[in-house]
Amino acid sequence: MHEISIMQDTMQLAIEHLQKSGGSEIHSIRIRVGLLSGVVPEAMEFAFDSLKAGTPAANATLEFEKMPGLFCCQSCGKDEWLDCMEFQCSGCGGLLVLREGGADLELTQMKIS
Amino acid sequence: MCENCGCGHVETFKVIPMQDAPGENARLAGASHQHVHEHVDADGRRYTHVHSHSHDATALHEHTHGHGEIHAHAGEELIQTVPVHLPILIKNDRLAERNRGYLNATGTIAINLVSSPGSGKTMFLAKTLELLNGKVSAAVIVGDLETANDAERLRGKGAPVVQVTTGTVCHLDAEMISSGMEQLDLNICRILFIENVGNLVCPASYDLGESMRVVLISVTEGEDKPLKYPPIFRGARFVVISKTDLLSASGIDIATLRRNIHAVAPEATVVEVSARTGEGMQVWIAILNSLGENPR
Repeated sequence: MHEISIMQDTMQLAIEHLQKSGGSEIHSIRIRVGLLSGVVPEAMEFAFDSLKAGTPAANATLEFEKMPGLFCCQSCGKDEWLDCMEFQCSGCGGLLVLREGGADLELTQMKIS
Repeated sequence: MCENCGCGHVETFKVIPMQDAPGENARLAGASHQHVHEHVDADGRRYTHVHSHSHDATALHEHTHGHGEIHAHAGEELIQTVPVHLPILIKNDRLAERNRGYLNATGTIAINLVSSPGSGKTMFLAKTLELLNGKVSAAVIVGDLETANDAERLRGKGAPVVQVTTGTVCHLDAEMISSGMEQLDLNICRILFIENVGNLVCPASYDLGESMRVVLISVTEGEDKPLKYPPIFRGARFVVISKTDLLSASGIDIATLRRNIHAVAPEATVVEVSARTGEGMQVWIAILNSLGENPR
């Protein structure tokens, strides 16, 4: 799926940044993934494994930082931050509406040498 | 003479990077570490030696490297953590913004039409073009993995059509739209319809520079589809429920579907249509006309 092309973009960005920093090897890549980014970390891992050979990231690991979303219950008005899509209020069973957050897809940091 | 250790050799020139924020050096205060020094003799011979020293906050000490750069100290491989904080799709996002700026300049509203395969995007667009009947100038960019079949179906309905075949790519991206737009005279186009590749997952991640996203969902797809595919529904300006002529056969509960759309996309306006019978299409056309009058 599209994780392959997203991973290609990630690696291009990471390698450009590595070169700018004067390094030669990437040890880890940290990615912030929002609830609504449309990206599955497992599929990113799979894509990374097939793309990394022969690159400065050949021995690197991926780390994911999952970002929650703010949900609000339509019935009781309770706000809560949740890590996964949820549509039923844990308090009253009412309909939860996602208020904010979740679309992040960001290369946040790398470990390099 | 080497000022640092007094070893008697003349050093070559130094570059002192000062780009790091003040305070970066302070972190090193008190820490003892080793440096590899290279000196060049008057006859050009190079010497390398290691010496160690400690930093303290008061003594000034020059480094020939910035702390923002990778530099190994003797005997260790330095692994450094560098902050990046860049959107992964930055290349696409920038191109999308360029498209958006161009579309703004030509006064064109771009509608990114997305749905599952088989929800009726092409039929819906064909009917839309027929009903607009050239009164609102339109153009179409159609994306599919292969074939120009959809473009063929949309030709001759009063709007120029460009087909983009993506090969194996499961979505349209900003670059493809930019190339598609080059084929069209957008100065005389009020609405640009972009029929995305039939896929409810991947197109959600790619900004095309569109003015709005319209998601189509047919009555045969079940009430819970918005809950299963939230990224694509989220941020939709309009959700079009299509194939309402099949409503009774599908057994779907429209109220539940609407409720689920609202849960994921609270700000979306929901329109029910049957492109086949024409039911509800006038509501959609009225929306397009009002957009056409107020492009921004």
